[in-house]
This record gives sequence, structure tokens and C-alpha cells, in this order.
Amino acid sequence: MAKEHADRYQKQLEDEIPDFESHEHERHGQLDISATVSAVEIHGWQQILGIIAVAVIVIGGWELGVRVFKVPEFVFPAPSAIARALVVNMPTVYEHFFITLGELLAGYVIGASIGLVLAAVLTQAPFLEKIITPYILLLITTPTIALVPLLMLRMGFTIWPRIVAVALASGPMVMINSVTGFRRTDLAKIALAKSYGASTFQIFSKIRFPLALPMINVGLLVGAIFGLITAVASDMIGGKMGLGNRIAYYSSLARMASFFAVILLVSLIGISIWIIMAAVGKRWASWEE
Amino acid sequence: MGNTVIDIQGVSKIYASARGPVHAIDNFSMKVDEGDFVAIVGPSGCGKTTLLWGLTGLHPFSGGTALMLGEPVGKPRRDIGIIFQQSNLLPWRNLIQNITFPLEIMKEPLSQYRERIQELIDGVELSGFENHYPRELSGGMQQRASIVRALSFDPKILLMDEPFGALDAYTRDEMDTLLLGIWKKTKKTIAFVTHRIEEAVYLANTVYVMTPRPGTNSEVFQIDLPRPRPEGITMEDRYFKIVAEIKRKIVLDVEKQKEDGTYKSQAYSTVT
Repeated sequence: MAKEHADRYQKQLEDEIPDFESHEHERHGQLDISATVSAVEIHGWQQILGIIAVAVIVIGGWELGVRVFKVPEFVFPAPSAIARALVVNMPTVYEHFFITLGELLAGYVIGASIGLVLAAVLTQAPFLEKIITPYILLLITTPTIALVPLLMLRMGFTIWPRIVAVALASGPMVMINSVTGFRRTDLAKIALAKSYGASTFQIFSKIRFPLALPMINVGLLVGAIFGLITAVASDMIGGKMGLGNRIAYYSSLARMASFFAVILLVSLIGISIWIIMAAVGKRWASWEE
Repeated sequence: MGNTVIDIQGVSKIYASARGPVHAIDNFSMKVDEGDFVAIVGPSGCGKTTLLWGLTGLHPFSGGTALMLGEPVGKPRRDIGIIFQQSNLLPWRNLIQNITFPLEIMKEPLSQYRERIQELIDGVELSGFENHYPRELSGGMQQRASIVRALSFDPKILLMDEPFGALDAYTRDEMDTLLLGIWKKTKKTIAFVTHRIEEAVYLANTVYVMTPRPGTNSEVFQIDLPRPRPEGITMEDRYFKIVAEIKRKIVLDVEKQKEDGTYKSQAYSTVT
């Protein structure tokens, strides 16, 4: 495959009228949501103060509204009630928190690694890529959650079907974005490396991989978010564990304060994912902005 | 001096394109001695850039023989440094990492080159910017960095493809003078492609004129101006005379082709 890839580039370099200029920003795919990784950046105390002020107004208004209109807790709980529920339920809920987190991490590590490796390998072999792509699209367009009942039938109400579901949800997302990244070949930069006698591996590791990093970063973010959605939804389908299970449980009992407390924990995971990915992007892929 | 380091005899290059083969160069010959400074000029699309790329071995010629330092052109080799139209710095590396990039590819021990590279950086007035990223540097600074990058591994020959074409006129003149300083100090052999006759005459000992496409030898001009170039030479009559002579030749070549009906207007579009 590497040979075929090298030949392809050699061909491009030899036979066609070469484009001697550098095109760095070509070919973003349809799933380009790179803006999500760089959208929020906090500058200065005014902005922080502003963000806090909005939070205070919204939460305060919510609390006030619930108290003034005497909204019953099972209809819409006050922030204070949610906070209380969070503290009171913590001893039982934290187990579920770590179960969901574990599903997510395990499934994501497996899915994302496979997705990334597949992307790197497939973009080197265009023919293979064309054959595999429809199946990847099938995986992306079919909600993985639909497979969970089947997975649970086979693997029981354990953590395993959920890990598989998370991997199936996050892997293709990581892959399709990484493929977009790896396709961004900059012939002028490749020619530069070649002029120093770079090997195919050096061209990959020193040109093509760094060039793909911003898109890989986006894929890792989207994959993680899809993984989180799938983990929570899988919890809801069967087995008495996980944050999703708690959400279903508390809502069935109309314990809305506890219900919202669990949602808060899910958001906490989601926001952490975003912060980690934004930091990764800033460190490894910020050259593009 | 005296030793021929670039020796090309009747080279040609044909590209495949969507609209059939494009004959870019036809039967072009050139000889460059060690330590010489040669410029290649010609109208747009005459194959100047193709010629230089042929010499790098990255886009081999279709015919003819080309020897670099006595060996046929083929694999990329470390005694040749290339400077592109665009600085082509890698945006995810800072200045010093960009400059050491060739050494990294060649797996050379960086510590042995450190002093040399620092000297080069000082020479092009980039000291203090080592940790800056390309996007934080001006176009002129980027191109100076790419010159240092090409010199970092101490090649014998520099191939330069309109290296200052993307810069503004003032910066370009500055870069020309800077390049002459580097040439004098490092004693490299330089083959310099440009479409600016003024630049070619100011820089080179010998100017090769190419005809419009397919590019072939039109005329060779020996530039009889003193070395080092006196300040203000570009405003003197003897300089203008040579420039005008070369320009006239290029215009005549184009007109002749137009009369013959073989002229293909403008540069060919790139096919990707």
C-alpha cells in the first residue's frame, strides 16, 4: 500500500503540470466543524465577569421564578433543589457516574484508535478507500443506539455492549474527519521534503500528519461527543447502571430535582471533553488559525 | 572557478495534461561553473521553473542529459539546496524548527550545525525570531528563513525559483542585495530563475534567455558590470543598456513566434 501511495505521488510529481504553489487550506470535508474547537476563547476579566453575570441572572431568575410562582418540584425544580439533590444523591450516583465515564473512555479509546489508524491507512490506498467509505457512511448514518438491544441480547446487561456501542459511534466520526485531514496533501511541501531525500514515512510523519492534525482534532471532539450520547442512551436501554439509567429512573419517579442533578453530571463530562479537545487543539493544531 | 558543476545538454520536458501533451522545454543547454551566478529569464510559461525542477530531480527531464557535479540528475541529493517561489515554511514549526527541517530529514546531528545556523540567522537579520511561527513573520522574513533553511546543510549549489517574486518591490531589492552578500560569503554556485530582467542583470554573471514555450536557448548574455556591484548601479546607463538589450531580445522572440503562428499566449494553466 505504501508503495502504491508513493507511486501515486511520484506520478503526480512527474506527469502532470505541477502546481508549484502551496495550498494549505484546501479540501475541507462536509463534516468540517472546526469552528467548534476554536469558537470560545476567553480573553480578559470583562468577558469572564460577563459570563458569570449571565449565569447569576439566569440561575437567580430561575430560582426566583420557581419560588414566586410556587412551581411544584415535580414540574420544574429550583436550582437550589437540584444542588441539594446532587449532594444527597451523590453517595449512590457517583458509582453510575464512573460506570458511564468508564464506558465512554474504553469505547472511545478503542473506537478512536481504530478510526485514526483506518484513516491513515485508507488514504494511502485510494482504491481500498473507495470500497470502505460506503460502509463507514452506513455506520455514521445509522444511529448506533439502534444496535444496542441486539448487542445486549448477545453480551448481556453488562458494560460490554455499551463499550462496543460507544466505539461504533465514535470510531467512524474520528475516521471520516481524519480522512479529510489526510487528504489535504500539499504537493509543494511534500516536494520540499522530497528534495531533502525524505522517505515515505518521513513525509507522512513530518508533513501529512501535522497537516491533518487540525481535522483529526475535530474528529476526536465529534467522536467523543457522539460517544457520550451513545453511552448515556445505552444506559437507558437496559441494565441497572450508568447515568442514563439514573435519568430514566428518576424521571419515572418524577424526582425532577435528582433528574436534573444527573443531567448536570452528564453535562460535566461533555464540557470536560470540549475543554480537553480545545486544549489539545491549541497545543498541536493552532497553527492554522 | 573553471569546474563545470551544472552541465545540461539538449534537455526537454513534456507534460501530460487534460488537453494533450504540453511541450514545456525543448533542446535547452546550459553550463555553469563552480562559484558562478547564473540567471535564467524568459517570457511567462517558457519553462524556466520546469528547468529548475528538472535539475532538482523531482520532475525528471523527458530527454537530453543533465549533469550536476558530474553526476546525472536523478535522486534528490544533499549538495543541492532549493529555494521556492514561496517560502514554503511549515506553519506548525517555528523558525528554528523550519530551518533545521532538512537536517532532521537527513538525520544529521543538529548540535554540529548549531553554530553555523546561528551565524546564518544573524546574517539575514533574523536573530531574536527563532521561536516565532511563520504566520508571525513578514513575507521577506519568511523568504530569508527559507534561504537559511536551504543553506543549513551546506549544499554546493543553490537553485532558486523566482524566490522574491511574491515580495513587494522594495523588499525584493533588499533581498537581492542580501543574496549577493550571501553569495560572496558562501561562494555557492547559484542558478536563479526570474522573470525580472532587472533582477537578473543586477545579480548574475551570465543571463540565459529562453524563448517562449517550448523553451529553448535564445541568447546568452555575459553581464559586464563590476563586482561587487557598486551602489546605485541600478540607476546607471550601462546597467539600463544591458537590461534593454535583453528585453528587446525577449520581445523579438515572442514576435517571431507570433509571425510563425507557433506562439502560445500566457503561461499554461496548472492541472491538479
